[in-house]
This record gives sequence, structure tokens and C-alpha cells, in this order.
Amino acid sequence: MNGTDAIALLPLIVVAGVSVLVMLATAVGRSHAFTLGLTLAGLAAAFRCTWLASSVEPRPVTALLIIDNYSLFYFRLLIAAVFAVAILTYDYLSKRDLHREELYILLLVATVGAMVLVSSSHFASFFLGLETLSISLYAMIAYLRMSRPLEAGIKYLVLAAASAAFLLFGMALVYAELGTMEFARMAQMLQGIRNDTLLIAGMALIITGIGFKLAVVPFHLWTPDVYEGAPVPVTAFIATVSKGAMFALLLRYFYSAGAIAERHIVLVFTIVAIGSMIAGNLLALLQDNVKRILAYSSIAHMGYLLVAFLVGGQFAVEAVTFYLVAYFVTTVGAFGVISVMSTPNGEPEQMEDYRGLFWQRPALAGVFTAMLLSLAGIPATAGFIGKFYIVAAGASSARWALIIILVVSSVIGLFYYLRLVAMMYATPDTKPTTTAPPATSMGRIVLAALTGLLLWLGIYPNPVLHMIQNVFPK
Amino acid sequence: MILIWLIAILLVGGAAAWVVGRWSTAASRWIALAATIADFVITLIIWLRHYGQLSIVTQGNWLEQLDWDWIPRFGIHFHLALDGLSLLLLMLTFFLGIVSVLVSWAEIQNAVGFFHLNLLWVLAGIAGVFLALDLFLFYFAWELMLVPMYFLIALWGHERRQYASVKFFIFTQLSGLLMLIAILALYFTHHTATGVYTFEYEQLLSTPLSSTAAWWIMLGFFVAFAVKLPAVPLHTWLPDAHTEAPTAGSVVLAGLLLKTGAYGLLRFVVPLFPGAAHQFAPIAMILAVVGILYGGVLAFGQTDFKRLVAYTSVSHLGFVLLGIFAWNELALQGAAVTMIAHGISTGALFVIAGLLQDRMHTRDMSRMSGLWSTMPRLSGAALFFALGSLGLPGLGDFVGEFLVLLGTYRVSRVLTILATIGVLVATFYALRLVQRAFHGANVHEWHLPDLVKREVLILAPMIIVLLWLGLYPLPVLSTFKPTMRSLQQYASRPIVEAK
Repeated sequence: MNGTDAIALLPLIVVAGVSVLVMLATAVGRSHAFTLGLTLAGLAAAFRCTWLASSVEPRPVTALLIIDNYSLFYFRLLIAAVFAVAILTYDYLSKRDLHREELYILLLVATVGAMVLVSSSHFASFFLGLETLSISLYAMIAYLRMSRPLEAGIKYLVLAAASAAFLLFGMALVYAELGTMEFARMAQMLQGIRNDTLLIAGMALIITGIGFKLAVVPFHLWTPDVYEGAPVPVTAFIATVSKGAMFALLLRYFYSAGAIAERHIVLVFTIVAIGSMIAGNLLALLQDNVKRILAYSSIAHMGYLLVAFLVGGQFAVEAVTFYLVAYFVTTVGAFGVISVMSTPNGEPEQMEDYRGLFWQRPALAGVFTAMLLSLAGIPATAGFIGKFYIVAAGASSARWALIIILVVSSVIGLFYYLRLVAMMYATPDTKPTTTAPPATSMGRIVLAALTGLLLWLGIYPNPVLHMIQNVFPK
Repeated sequence: MILIWLIAILLVGGAAAWVVGRWSTAASRWIALAATIADFVITLIIWLRHYGQLSIVTQGNWLEQLDWDWIPRFGIHFHLALDGLSLLLLMLTFFLGIVSVLVSWAEIQNAVGFFHLNLLWVLAGIAGVFLALDLFLFYFAWELMLVPMYFLIALWGHERRQYASVKFFIFTQLSGLLMLIAILALYFTHHTATGVYTFEYEQLLSTPLSSTAAWWIMLGFFVAFAVKLPAVPLHTWLPDAHTEAPTAGSVVLAGLLLKTGAYGLLRFVVPLFPGAAHQFAPIAMILAVVGILYGGVLAFGQTDFKRLVAYTSVSHLGFVLLGIFAWNELALQGAAVTMIAHGISTGALFVIAGLLQDRMHTRDMSRMSGLWSTMPRLSGAALFFALGSLGLPGLGDFVGEFLVLLGTYRVSRVLTILATIGVLVATFYALRLVQRAFHGANVHEWHLPDLVKREVLILAPMIIVLLWLGLYPLPVLSTFKPTMRSLQQYASRPIVEAK
């Protein structure tokens, strides 16, 4: 490891360093505001460092990590999302009486894990990144130490551990067959190998592990419970950073290891995609709990992403990347609204909690409406361009069946988004429905910024489209 | 440049009306009124300025045009253009926009600012649809008008507004997404054939398509437009949406939103896929005739005033569909005139339904009777528009439907005869409406205020326009003419078959 390697790794190093700093600072004296300030400053510094690092890209750092445009773009996306989540966390925890500072340490460590995932080029770093992310998440989910968060935390712990075992077994099988754990070398070894049972079994197990993390059907059962039980900012983190990083890795692994060409794998992912789109949207229809609705809707969104993933090539990478950007903005925004509306006693989870919100807090209802319409893919929002990109990717390789399923299932999705929207605009009951304290100005700024970003991406996406032109895993 | 103003005035006016509405509802109404009037005056000026040279407009030569790069990654342009067809439809849009603002003056009392935001943004979306020449932009505007329309129905509608608004949204969204797939299919086919990524209408016109591909892509477009039009059997959202919407919403729905479907068929389906459209024409024309008769018969059976008028739309728009797929100059002219005339006469009937509902708090015709004795002026206006709707010579609807029938006669006599029966059915439902609601004895002893000045101000121009369309349609016909000519040229060009 020399100087150039250090520059390339700088964003990772900064985030890891800040997590240590926050820990030390907390040991000296607790101050919620200072902790947040330190976290945000560290994230901002790391964000800045991605440009420093881009001067040396593409740079493989040892066999484990590769810093290329693809990693750097996802670094920025992850850091920006964590930045917003950290502010929402501050807003959320300020209303509660408990030790608050440790959550920021966990947040930063989890971010390091996610960043390792998106830059990994080797099974070892893949697994390390995944576990760093997961282990921090166990604690984050159960952070409030009340019965429901604890239940969710345990559930996540058991299932994540089991899926990690599957993943490891799969990696072992692939390694046993190919003798390498590097993605790039696997691509060479895979040339000419067809229908190797051990290899296919290994791939299947790896897909199981990844599928669990992405919460795609049939590995989705944990999602609604964990989404519901975790504190809202943590839910936002799971929905965006954790899943986004995993998807970025999925793309890199299957594209650069050449495994996407395998017939069985395409078939498996097609089934998973169709299942996720349909089941996610149908199951969301049955819910009355807003967090569970968003959980099921996220399953469907992962299904949409898989449609683009299956297309392969540059267009697919662009489509997935843009969709993830739009999805991050939208999801953090939607959970941000729930977080801002939460009280010391709980979160507004039921649909009924939103009845007549527009008449009491029009701005908040407006933000939530924009987020929901973006999830539904209505024009002038980021979600529309994202969905357009995915449908275009599908159409470019003539996958009509998948696209039509996507379209039909996203229309099913409209039902529950509209239900929620209609609820917000319904005439309020006589009793005051929202007793939530007004949002702190920071929470408001985040929501306003996200809404602005949402519209900007939806109306004039050129800068981002330009940015993702040269994002392709090396 | 003037074209962007047409849309910007509405968008900015809507936002301003919303902001101002927090402090003063009256100011909000005046801003909305000013924005719609400004747009109407602009289109009127464009019309007068270009009127002399309309006849020399040739193919692809637009009256006004604006072309900016929008998303170069996909070859998407912000391309607006105006020809005679778009111009008159825009004038109709802004005219009915003014009517909608005025008719809501007393009816809408809560969230006035937000109401006008939605109203003006629906109009902006509709204007975008009539102007867009880039298919992506067209789809963008097409979908964008749904959201404010959804809010108009869901927030200010009548009893079953939730059901109606969601149904409306789902129907149009699903059909819109099918159109998106069709647009993308066309886009990639064009790229395969020419190596150019573009959504430009005029370039896509020359895309070589195999006949199967053309058929499927055409169908994708057709379904989207047929839902909006609406063509039987895709019409079931319409009676609910029209009935439950507030008056302004019904006027915009019937007067304008349905026209976007007809416009799409006219502008896109037939010119882009002449071969497939020709094959499909018999089916479309049969659907049209079924719609004419079915809509008329159902209208006859209604007891709800608004629902009755809603079903008449199914019937009238059947004539438009018939005219478009008959595809000769007479029929096309007829379809276009019907679009305008139906916008006015049905819009006016919805206004009257709204006025009645305001006064009587019911739309049930069994509770109305003998209203003439208590509201002679309103009843007289209702009779006038009912006569317009049944196609009385001398009023606009007659000209349109007559031309459609003349044009269709050259294509299919059977369908013409059946469609003519539809005109007869119209006589029944229109006269029954007048008879049940306004004639007879005032058995329920209603004592209601007659039209006030503002309401006269709404209805009088509509009466004048309808008379003018019926008695002297030449200016309208000659404005449409160059567009119809160039559309026919597009559609009759030799079809390039892909290998």
C-alpha cells in the first residue's frame, strides 16, 4: 500500500476515522449537537475526498478493493444519503430521552461497511463489508431497547446470520471450483465452463445471501417487521444505504465476473424480479401501517431494479444507478416525513394518523405527496425518469413480458400510494389528529432539499445523467 | 417563444393563486381568471394574425414553433408546435378555462387557492398535450394533467369522490403506461432502422415498421387514447369521474380531457401507423358506432342529471372516433368540429348541472320538475344546450355530426345508418332531460333564484359560440383544413416495410 492507494482509499479512511473520533469524543463528554456536527463534518470531508480519489481512478487497492468511477459515484450517493439520515436521526432522537451519541458511531461504521461493499472486487471484502454493515444494523435496529425494536433486531440478527452462512457456503463452493475469489479472474475462469453443478449451486447460495439483503421475493419475509420495528431514521438507512450498496455490489459481481450470461442465473433473477414486483405490490395493498406499506413497496422497487439488471451492459448500469439515486432521494424523503412527525411517544404509523394532514400541515403533506408520487413514477418527479430509464432499458433489449409485468404491477402500486395521498387530503376528524411537535429547522431543511432534488431530477435530470455516463464497474 | 408563455402563464398563475389564496380567496380567483383570459387573448391574437395565411400552410409548416434540447441523453427535445388543429383546441381549452374559473366562483369555498392551482395546472397539462411534438414531452404532459385532475375530483368532488378519482387515475395511468411502452418500442425501432435516437414526431413518421410491429405499437397508442376518448368498452371510468367531479372538473373533463384522446388519435395513431390504422379502421368504427348507440341508450336511462350528460359524451365522442377512422377530409373536419362543439355544449350542460346542484343540492331528476316556472332563464339556457346536444341544425354539434356522417357514408353505409340512429336517440335523451327537469308542473314547489349576472356571463358566450359554429363554421373549417390536409398526406404516404 503506497501513497496513491491511500489517496484512493481516502473517502473510506475518513469515514472510518470519524467513527473512531465520535467514539472518543463520546467517551470524553456527551453532547448530541457536537456529535452530529462531527459526524456531518466527517461525512462532508469524505464526500470531498471522493474527488481527490477520482484523480487516481481506476485503482485496484490490493486484490480486495477497486476504486473506480463506479465505486466513487456510489460513495458519493451513500455519503449523501447518510448525511441526510444523520440529520433526521438528530431530529428524531432530540425528542427522546436516552443515550443518543452511540447511534452515530453505528451509523458511521455501517457506512464504512456499505462503502466496502460497493468497492469490493473480491469475496473476502464482499463478506467483510456485508458483515460490518449487518452487525452495526443489529444494534441500530434495536437501539430504542423497547419490545418492538428488540424483536425486530433479533429477527434481523437471526435471519441475517443465516443468510450470511448461505453466502459463505456459496463462496466456498465457487472457490472450490474456480480456485479464485477475485471477481475479475472468475470471469476468465468461467469462460468455457458450462453447467457445472457445484458452480451453479454456489451461485444459487450467493444469490440467496444477496437476495436476503435486498429483500426480494422469496427472501423478503423479514422486511415489514424490521421496517416497522426499527426507529424511522434507521429504517430509512436500511431501505436506502443497505439495499443500495448491496445492489451496487450485485451489479459489479455479476457483470464483472461474467456470471450474468449464465442461463440459469438469468432465469432465477427473472423469477425473483417478477415475484418481487407482483408480491410486493399486492401485499402492500393489504396493509394499514405506513411503514409496512413502504416496506412492501421497497420489495417491488427492488423487483423493478432487477428488470434493468437483467438487461445487462452500459444501459442497464445507467438505469440502475439513476433509479437508485431517485429511490434514495424519495425513500429518505418519505421516511423523513414520518420521522419529523414522530413524537416522544411513538411514530405515526397508521394510515389514520395521516388523516387530514394537508389541512393542518400543508407543507409536510405536500412533501409526502411528492415522495409518494415519485414512488409511483408520476412525471415531474425523479421516480418518473427512473422508471422511464428502466422501461427504456427493458425495451432496448425487447424484454416485453417483464416490462408489461412491471407496468401492471406498478399500477397496482398506485392504489396504495393514492390511498395514502387521499388520506392526507381527506377532511379531518373533529379530534386533533396530529399532536406532533413542529419539526426542527434542520429536519425541515432536509425535507425541503430532498423535495427540491426530487423535482430537479424529474424535470432536468441532465447533470445526473451526465455524471452516470461513465459509471461502469471495471 | 409565445408557446412557452401559454404554458408558463398557467403554471405561474396557478402557483400565484395558491400562495395568494392563503390571505385572500378573491385575489386567488382573480389571478386564475386573469391567467386564463390572458392565454385566451394570446391564442386569439395568434389566430387573427395567421388567419390570412392559413390556407398556404403546407406540410410540416407550423404556425408557431419552439424547439429546445431537453434531455440529450435520450434525444429528447422540448418541442412545441402549433397548427390550425392545436390552435383551435387551445382556444377551446382557455375558453373553458375561463368558464371553469367563473363557475367555481361561488361553488368552491374551501381551499380556494389550492383549487385554482390544480385547475390551472390541469389546463397547462392539456395545453402541453395539444402542443407537444416530441413524444416524450407528449407523454410527460399527458401524465402530468392526471395528478391535478385527480385532486380536483378527490378534494372538491361529490359523495363518491374517492372511488371515482381513484378509478379515473388507475384507468388513465395504466393506459398511459401502455402508451409509454409503445412510444419506447417505436423509439428503439427507429434507432435500429436509422441509428438515431429521437422522440421527434416528424422523424418518427418515417420509421420503417414491419406490419406486426406497427400493429402492436399502434394498439398501444390506441388503447391510451381510447380510454381517454372514451371508446366502449374502456369508458367505465367516465360516468363516475364526470358525475363526482365538481362543476369545473366536469367541464374540464368533458370539454377538454376527452379531446386529448381524440387529438392523439388524429395526430399520432393514424399518421404514425397508416397501414395498421387502416387495417384497424373497421374495428374502431364499429366500436365508435357501438359507443354512439350504447352511450345514447344509457343516457336515456339515467336519473342523475350529471350522469346523463356524462353518457351523452360517450355517444358524441363516438362520432369523433367514427370520423377519425373514416379518414377522409369531410369526416375529419366533422370530427374536429364535433370536438369543439361538444366541448361547448356539454361543458355548458355541466355548468347548468352545477348551477342546479348549487341551488337544489341534488342532481336527481326525479326531484326536479317544472323548474321553468321558477327559473325561466336557466331553463331556457338548458333547453338551448340540450338542443345543441341533440344536433339541431343551426348549432355547432349538427355541423360536426353531419360532416362525420357524410364522410362515413363514403366508407360504410351500414355504419352511417346505425350512427344516424344514434342522432335519433340523442333526441330522446335530450328532450327527456328537458321534459323531466324543466317542464311540467312544479310539484316539489321549488322557489329558486334564477341566473345571476355572473352566470349569465358564463352561459351567454357559450350560446353565442355554439350559434356561430352552427351558422357560420367556415372560419373554423378553414383553420382545420391545412392540418387535415397534411395529416392525410402523412397517412397516405407509401408505407415503408421493415425487412
